[in-house]
Amino acid sequence: MKIAIIDYKAGNIKSVEAALKRFGCDTSLTKDPQIITSADKVVFPGVGHAGAALEALRAAGLDTLIPALKQPVLGICLGMQMMCRHSEEGDTPCLGIFDAEVVKFRPDNGEKIPHMGWNQITALKSPLFKGIPEGSFMYFVHSYMVPVFEHTAAKCGYAQDFSAAIAHDNFYGCQFHPEKSGNIGLQILENFIKL
Amino acid sequence: MLAKRIIACLDVKDGQTVKGVSFENLRYAGDPVELGRAYSDQGIDELVYLDITATNEGRKQIYSLVESVAQNLNIPFTIGGGITSVEDAENLLIHGADKISVNSAAVRNPQLVSDLAKKFGSQFVVVAIDAKTIGNQWKVHTHGGKRPTELELFSWAKEMELRGAGEILFTSMDHDGHQTGFANEALCRMSEMLSIPVIASGGAGEMEHFRDVFNKGKADAALAASIFHFGKIKIPDLKGYLKEEGINVRI
Repeated sequence: MKIAIIDYKAGNIKSVEAALKRFGCDTSLTKDPQIITSADKVVFPGVGHAGAALEALRAAGLDTLIPALKQPVLGICLGMQMMCRHSEEGDTPCLGIFDAEVVKFRPDNGEKIPHMGWNQITALKSPLFKGIPEGSFMYFVHSYMVPVFEHTAAKCGYAQDFSAAIAHDNFYGCQFHPEKSGNIGLQILENFIKL
Repeated sequence: MLAKRIIACLDVKDGQTVKGVSFENLRYAGDPVELGRAYSDQGIDELVYLDITATNEGRKQIYSLVESVAQNLNIPFTIGGGITSVEDAENLLIHGADKISVNSAAVRNPQLVSDLAKKFGSQFVVVAIDAKTIGNQWKVHTHGGKRPTELELFSWAKEMELRGAGEILFTSMDHDGHQTGFANEALCRMSEMLSIPVIASGGAGEMEHFRDVFNKGKADAALAASIFHFGKIKIPDLKGYLKEEGINVRI
């Protein structure tokens, strides 16, 4: 199985790459449209600032390529947020695959920002979560979030309920880091590979 | 609900873990990856690898260690020790570090923390602070606690937050090694003053100390080394205990 990991210099991709390789996938870290388009699956990672991410995606022509992909695409963390319509972070227009706004957490009881650490996901509804128990702990690191909307595939609660995962057609997104979420996180990656 | 985190700290010298480690069924306790995996299997939430290598030659081995940890473990880990520049941090990121921690270098050059946060994001930057009380004030120390500075703990922690630190790892030198509990009063004050997570370090000896550091010290995470390494407290026991005490932990 060929998996393209989109390379736009957005944070640490070693772990996700290693995890996919462990499942026997042939991974390439790339921004080459040809390789991305012809891959069986695409992983869209990302950590960092939405504005900088958009700039890097535009420079490589990926802002128009990614929304047109037909194979399963998994956005992780900032990658998931970039698949939405717009982010409050730097007032950044995003790729518009999901009609959702990325907003900053609004602490209502002294919650610390970033939301960092292990939190539980619930209301799981996507093939991504096949065999994953409700209430499983996943590792999150983020200050902005996607509120719950029609394509929310898993919820998490921190100050407010937000989308821990989103899914629609061939596009999937996880706000948490499956590659950093222990064996249960690996199972989610494996589910994605098997889609 | 966000879980309170339990973190194990491993000292690394010339690419090998040091300090006596008595893990059952572990063939190479000196192998940072194998030791990390043993902790991960036990349910540790995060690992900190602290590079105490003194030579530049030895330091380079940290990159292959980081790469190997990133490839073999799937929980978050932090690398600390000897990071003095944006370039050092970038090399660690490229090799797969999730976070880096800076301590003395931040005191020498506070702008480093701003630069790191700007370039890599706050989530990547942990500022470690070693402090002890002198008179009635908490004073920041550098160089592994050997050198006192004029900096006062709480204002320093605040400055680090404002400069973009994503977490503060506070070690109380007054408590470290005594195994009589964490510096809960100071931790509570720091935690309430900051809007970023605080990791408590120094003083863990009993499971009750972890309960207290979360309930009284308001810490977001607690770090320990020798009591875990020597098996005095086992991670599954600790987490089971904390859960019974009503503290939300990942099990």
